[in-house]
Amino acid sequence: MNRTRITRVGAIAAATALTIGGLTACTAGDNTGGGDGDVTITWWHNATADPQKSMWEDVAAEFEDAHPGVKVEVTGYQNEDLQRTLIPNALASGDAPDVFMVWPGGEVRSQAEAGHLKDLTDVLSDTISEYGATVKPWQVDGKQYAIPYTFGIEGFWYNKDLFAEAGITDVPKTLPELEAANKKLKAIGTSPIAVGAGDLWPAGHWWYNFALAACSTETLQKAIPALDFSDPCWVEAGELLQDFVATEPFQPGFLASSGQQGADSSAGLVANGNAAMELMGAWNAGQIGSLAPDATVPEFLSWFPFVSVPGTAGDPTITMGGGDGFGVYKDAPDEAVELLKYIASEDVQKRFAATGAGIPAHPGANSSITDPSLKLIAEGLAESSYVQLWLDSDLGPTFGNPLNQAIVNLMAGSGTPEDIVKALEDTAAAL
Amino acid sequence: MSTITQAGPAVTAGPAPETPARPRRDTRKWLEIALLAGPALVVFVGFVILPVILAAVYSFYNWNGLTALERFIGFDNYIRALSDPVFLKAIGNNATIAIASILIQGPLAILVALFLNRKMRGRTFVRAAIFVPYVLAEVIAGLSWKLLLSPRGGVNAVLENIGLGDLAQPWLANPDIALWVMFGILTWKYVGFAILLMLAGLQGVPQELSEAASIDGASWWQTQWNITIPLLGPTIRIWVFLSIIGSLQLFDMVWVTTKGGPIGATNTMAVYMIQYGQGQPGFGSAVAVILFLISLVIALVYQRYAMRRDLGTDKKNEGR
Repeated sequence: MNRTRITRVGAIAAATALTIGGLTACTAGDNTGGGDGDVTITWWHNATADPQKSMWEDVAAEFEDAHPGVKVEVTGYQNEDLQRTLIPNALASGDAPDVFMVWPGGEVRSQAEAGHLKDLTDVLSDTISEYGATVKPWQVDGKQYAIPYTFGIEGFWYNKDLFAEAGITDVPKTLPELEAANKKLKAIGTSPIAVGAGDLWPAGHWWYNFALAACSTETLQKAIPALDFSDPCWVEAGELLQDFVATEPFQPGFLASSGQQGADSSAGLVANGNAAMELMGAWNAGQIGSLAPDATVPEFLSWFPFVSVPGTAGDPTITMGGGDGFGVYKDAPDEAVELLKYIASEDVQKRFAATGAGIPAHPGANSSITDPSLKLIAEGLAESSYVQLWLDSDLGPTFGNPLNQAIVNLMAGSGTPEDIVKALEDTAAAL
Repeated sequence: MSTITQAGPAVTAGPAPETPARPRRDTRKWLEIALLAGPALVVFVGFVILPVILAAVYSFYNWNGLTALERFIGFDNYIRALSDPVFLKAIGNNATIAIASILIQGPLAILVALFLNRKMRGRTFVRAAIFVPYVLAEVIAGLSWKLLLSPRGGVNAVLENIGLGDLAQPWLANPDIALWVMFGILTWKYVGFAILLMLAGLQGVPQELSEAASIDGASWWQTQWNITIPLLGPTIRIWVFLSIIGSLQLFDMVWVTTKGGPIGATNTMAVYMIQYGQGQPGFGSAVAVILFLISLVIALVYQRYAMRRDLGTDKKNEGR
């Protein structure tokens, strides 16, 4: 008995020693990770699929070649994981990547205010002046904290074939024209518009666009930074949406549909010809393509901007949009800034445009866009007098869920236009 | 009660009656305990106790997760959560699921277990088949159901093909029925576990008692009702406990299928915590603490009153 016990204790001690040894080995490995170069830069982005994923890998490799002694560790993470978990945790722990995705509006603001981002205003002043107004959503108090690589506006992705079949010759330009088109599409047995209200934000975008129609540019630009939603136009946006929903433009069961997941998602319905339109950002071509039967962007897909709403105060040349950018961690080596400069260069931007993954943020790269829908979006962007950032991004991460939930409630018939404004005010009050 | 002697004998833990004579033995005993429990204890404190304490600390701050903890706001996060109708509805949904589980899954599981406990052909196969959903990964099961129950999904297609097209509907998108559809999925997923527990419990019910009863002229149903089910008590009580805790912490199935929608019809406390905690971990922590306290209070009350005998507070019984 005694011997067994001693053996057992010995075995456990050995096991514990091994475990501890294993843990130590891990840490040791981490520390010596960048052995082959003098400097190691980590770069996190959100591209998990080609062509963009391999393009970023190429960019990293080219940068390594041009800068001997520098090693770039580039990793693509799923967008929401990256945005909501990985980056906040990395920043909070003080062990952040050197170059990472930075979302415009509220998110760059809170990261900059917490002191995690390097001020790029002076070190990248040439790049910033090349880009022009596109860089503004990544500024905080006049200082530049990140450089976008893509920026696009929102509009309707639609099925040209279904439009032709329904006898719609011109794309709708006003809300009444859109409603007329919906009727014609219903007559041929198609859901006019797909929306992924189960994910909340795709439904939220409907209200954002109506808010752009209802509110004057001045109101928008004042209300959002001040978080003051007392102007009646915010309630009017909900009323416009309420009236529109009453015409039943969406697919059956839209309340539970997801936006991008599977053939029954809103993107999937458009991809498979089961719905004629979807209101979505500039990234949607790839999304729809990935859900199409042959996994390529369908021939029938095209794009038109959000409709204007007659009798409202909003400027019809204002559009809603957003983009993705890269920022540099405050303690990152200078080479990280150099890397960002390379990523943002006109040459790399032209190659990005050619992949068809999105609209490049560099104005000089627009000529390299080949995808016909993206060309339409780039034109729409060029014609915009002002691009309002997605409202949830602009207001900040805390607002997204309460705001979008209140909007979906209204679309489900269990909330009022006033409830949406109240959700905004309550969230602002708790900041 | 006579049940106890049946399962009992193996439980008595070895060295208790020996009184350690020499202090050397004592030291060695403690060393052994430290070695055995030490690593687990370190992990437990580091990954369970510490996070709970930290969450409690965070919950008193208005904090976005990026800055230092500076803005102490007392109980404001708690007041905000508990006065939010969305959260109150989520608590209600958790309670509905917990109660419905006990009232519907429990009797169902006992019935099936009694049935499967009889000798018959293909028993092993049926037992295995019933347990399959429980073994299936939650996300896979959730996605499958999401696809099956979507407006253009398999369930509606089947209904239309058998002439019941009128019943076809967007199952998870209809706020009036979504919670019950969700409960159906959960029952499909978890009743196998309940059946397995009950079957295991039935193995501890002595055959002799039923034999004696049948000699006395009791019918099969009378035997089950008067003998088997009462003797199954400890198993039923532990299952009810597990079921309540599981219902309170329900997250993955809801997240995968509906994300708590439509309009909060299937929302639960854990889903609310993730959604509304975004960008404000302080508030999220307050919701987590509320969820923790509700679970803790229910667990303690239940253990105190319902499981007292099963947990060996009563000397005659063995441990769980």
